[in-house]
Amino acid sequence: MTLLKENTMNLKLEKINGCTVLFIKEERIDAHNSGELKEAVLHLIEQGEINIIVQLEQVRFIDSSGLGALLSGFKNAAAKSGKLALANMQQQVLSMFELTRLNRVFDIYADLTEAFDSEA
Amino acid sequence: MCNSIIQVEVIIPTQTKYLDLIGSIGEHIAQELDKFSGDREALAYNLNLVLTEATINAIKHGKLASPSDTVKITITIQENELNIKVYDYGQGFDLESVPLPDLDNPKEGGLGIFFIRTLMDSVTYTRQGDCNVLEIVKYLS
Repeated sequence: MTLLKENTMNLKLEKINGCTVLFIKEERIDAHNSGELKEAVLHLIEQGEINIIVQLEQVRFIDSSGLGALLSGFKNAAAKSGKLALANMQQQVLSMFELTRLNRVFDIYADLTEAFDSEA
Repeated sequence: MCNSIIQVEVIIPTQTKYLDLIGSIGEHIAQELDKFSGDREALAYNLNLVLTEATINAIKHGKLASPSDTVKITITIQENELNIKVYDYGQGFDLESVPLPDLDNPKEGGLGIFFIRTLMDSVTYTRQGDCNVLEIVKYLS
């Protein structure tokens, strides 16, 4: 389980309670780094990590391309009977999911504990 | 123009690393608006988002024309109106033909113009001389 070596986006990967948790250590996901996020998630799925929780605690801004990258991960995980869920989302980021109704697509958890309880 | 409270003009290369700068300017402007009585944090986020989406749109269109090109953005606050103009030098596109996204069957892409239309009060895209101008208006009262 590794991230792509050429990543410049600050991502951290941990296996916790049997779940693959991808921590996004960036304040901003936009068209400058969303391509990298998309590739990193795809790379994980290709390695067989099909159940992923993306931890968004540090993210205070997401644009349409960032939403697209997460949706891509969700669809690719689902295509392999896996799941990509989201946790620790800041309120304004959550508002973007609500505006686009993507909050009905993703499972969104308040924190990792809630995510582990639900995914177990 | 003499009644303008704030006018900002920024010219950037057509590179995505400048999106943060442009978005941040929008956030800071929202914090400086004396007369605005609405949800300032939401306005700050929305201006960040709209400027980011409008700029990436111009970068994409500009890049097609010439990779070394620039994008110009002006932000003007006059009375109770906030006006954003984003200039690109590409071929342009038909704003009216951009479809509304099908939110029940979400796809990657196609949400940028949706955000601008949804969060702001008016959006136009016109040819002016050798460039295209995406003009976005938000009423502040």
